[in-house]
Amino acid sequence: MATDTLKSSPGAGNATAVRRVLLDNGALSALIVLIVAMSLLSGDFLTTQNLLNVGVQAAVTAILAFGVTFVIVSAGIDLSVGSVAALAATVLAWTATSEGLPVWLAVLLALGTGIACGLVNGALISYGKLPPFIATLAMLSVGRGLALVISQGSPIAFPDSVSALGNTLGGWLPVPVLVMVAMGVITAVVLSRTYIGRSMYAIGGNEEAARLSGLRVKKQKLAIYALSGGFAAVAGIVLASRLVSAQPQAALGYELDAIAAVVIGGASLSGGVGKASGTFIGALILAVLRNGLNLLSVSAFWQQVVIGVVIALAVLLDTVRRRAT
Amino acid sequence: MSDPDELLRLEGIRKTFPGVVALDDVSFDLRRGEVHVLLGENGAGKSTLIKMLSGAYRPDTGRVLVDGAEVRIHGAQDSERLGIATIYQEFNLVPDLSVAENIFLGRQPRRFGMIDRKKMEADAAELLERVGVNVSPRARVRQLGIARLQMVEIAKALSLNARVLIMDEPTAVLTSEEVDKLFSIVRRLREDGVAIVFITHHLEEIAALGDRVTVLRDGRSIGQVPASTPRDELVRLMVGRSIEQQYPREPADPGAPLLSVSGLTRDGVFHDVSFEVRAGEVVGVAGLVGAGRTEVARAVFGADPYDAGAVEVDGHRLPRHDVGAALAAGIGLVPEDRKGQGLVLNASVQENLGLVTLRAASRAGWVDRGAQRTAAARIAEQLGVRMAGLGQHVRTLSGGNQQKVVIGKWLLADTRVLILDEPTRGIDVGAKVEIYQLINELTAAGHAVLMISSDLPEVLGMSDRVLVMAQGRIAGELPAHQATQDAVMALAVTTHAPVKDEKEEKKEMEAGRGH
Repeated sequence: MATDTLKSSPGAGNATAVRRVLLDNGALSALIVLIVAMSLLSGDFLTTQNLLNVGVQAAVTAILAFGVTFVIVSAGIDLSVGSVAALAATVLAWTATSEGLPVWLAVLLALGTGIACGLVNGALISYGKLPPFIATLAMLSVGRGLALVISQGSPIAFPDSVSALGNTLGGWLPVPVLVMVAMGVITAVVLSRTYIGRSMYAIGGNEEAARLSGLRVKKQKLAIYALSGGFAAVAGIVLASRLVSAQPQAALGYELDAIAAVVIGGASLSGGVGKASGTFIGALILAVLRNGLNLLSVSAFWQQVVIGVVIALAVLLDTVRRRAT
Repeated sequence: MSDPDELLRLEGIRKTFPGVVALDDVSFDLRRGEVHVLLGENGAGKSTLIKMLSGAYRPDTGRVLVDGAEVRIHGAQDSERLGIATIYQEFNLVPDLSVAENIFLGRQPRRFGMIDRKKMEADAAELLERVGVNVSPRARVRQLGIARLQMVEIAKALSLNARVLIMDEPTAVLTSEEVDKLFSIVRRLREDGVAIVFITHHLEEIAALGDRVTVLRDGRSIGQVPASTPRDELVRLMVGRSIEQQYPREPADPGAPLLSVSGLTRDGVFHDVSFEVRAGEVVGVAGLVGAGRTEVARAVFGADPYDAGAVEVDGHRLPRHDVGAALAAGIGLVPEDRKGQGLVLNASVQENLGLVTLRAASRAGWVDRGAQRTAAARIAEQLGVRMAGLGQHVRTLSGGNQQKVVIGKWLLADTRVLILDEPTRGIDVGAKVEIYQLINELTAAGHAVLMISSDLPEVLGMSDRVLVMAQGRIAGELPAHQATQDAVMALAVTTHAPVKDEKEEKKEMEAGRGH
């Protein structure tokens, strides 16, 4: 159809502006509804301490999800991030604690491990022409396996200086929250301001058109998966610092939370759509939900049911909203 | 009611979408055994109108009458029950199922709960026979060319006992030979009493096939005229003004060869293709669909590999299968499939215009968004892209404006050799002329244009030289003044060299590559 639709002119007052933001972003509205509901249901929810807790709980998922956002925007999928996070943390603990390497080097090695896993994913997808689902499914297994091999199946203590990442600044501001915000800002900047970020939208929107416009799609994909692997490594380090040890079985199933956060945040699995802010909100929704349900002493079993329903509802709402406009 | 032959009548149809009135007080009627042409520019409301009949949209106000009785069409089932079938430009076929399965999809004849393949294939064969197409009911749809897919769609419509057949630009994707075949099928259906709504942008087809014409402009029905109405009058009704010249080619003085292709070969696809395009020149490439024109264009641009030969720009040889190098040398490709290969539909006009220059506009990985925006605004203005703003998604632009965006992204990249593959397919008359003028501006500025087109009058009207391809080879070259429809068609249908020659040639080439 060839009607050139005109967008409605921006609203005048503040109220309309707020309404537009909420309408444009279903996930944000859902988060606000959730926060209001939790505050009404539990007096403990809306305290500084608890909100910071929510932040800490959201941090690992959010950092993983930021990395996965790059992949999903470019119409791929990364199932390996949970395993890669565990592997990177294990590499850090092993090199620093067991092998006695300086901590800064161990951290670099851990980041390098994440990026290397991503590069392998990217190479399998770009040059091996494997579907992203399969390539990263393989990496999910390989990464977890390597973590178990290196650690011989048991937790390795984390060096103290890195464990400090799990602490607070000035006695109240948790470092994981800071890291999450920093990674979020990086994600937003990469997506909106950089060559690779804009390429992600083009590749995800129409890979063939991107290729025929001279974008080096294969190389870009390598970089995209490497970014996702790097973010996974950061998430793994943050998680291990909170646990004060690297556990080979950590972050099990986190890839699904990360994907859920991205999709709740309004990204499309068919690519070309997605934002850092959306992913951030998606991760917060999951964290608020878990935290709130804990405060309300809902059993862990029922929590899973509720979270599943919320994921479905959030995306459903978004689809309905999009169809309406 | 008044006319016993009247099958369908629309009265005072109005349909609005948020912010747009798509149809306003449109009336239309259709008689048994006629071909009724629906004519209008893109965006005039033709698609919206036929979607009312297929049940995709419902009118806000107005009446739809079938056999004199008012009906409501709320979905595909309703229109199927009323005997209305629609063949869209994008076919609704499942590529990996057989022809017979596609024809009877969802209605396969069954025996004891199992699909009765024998009966299904026999019935399909009968329908295909009626359409007059030679294709096996067992063939996979994926293996068929566009013309045959269309025939399968027609057979499917017949299997639904359609009394009203709506065809949305069926000839846009066909070669003139295939169009002739389609016309004879349509005429046969008309004799059988089927009423046909025929949408086309090709005015010459109206007199050849049509009985009556309803002209839509800006969502209103402007008038109903006999198909014998002179062409100029039809154009005037359609665009509301007369178009002085349909093909406003202004030849420029050809300069040095910019693009030269020699001996380009991909085994089994195209062979020994050599040609030159000079600065300031438009070289048209004519031929039947499947002659290898698109494949050659893609190989020249580096999108696909080739086995032998060379592509040179300005005397510098390009590496094979390297889009980046072709781009750096100044070649641009406006692909045949605008939506599938030319545009990121869900991205904005600005994003799409900036796609090719994205790399150049980046310093150390950072995109200079201000510069991108300014450049996009400048080119959109220059090309006269009609849009709400640079942020509008290209999906919602009309076909002509989408094509301008595709061309625009190459103009921004200072492309010197522009390859246009079917540049005006599915574009209305007004936008076509704008694109032709753009071609004139390009050549006047010393750029070279290679234009592939199945629209013969367009190739003849806009080219300085015409290359004709047949069966993967250049069958001949005609200067503009010698290129007539007959001369081009005579070349286009040449069958090529015996197999022996080809083998010898291949050997020579392999020897030449020095393996």
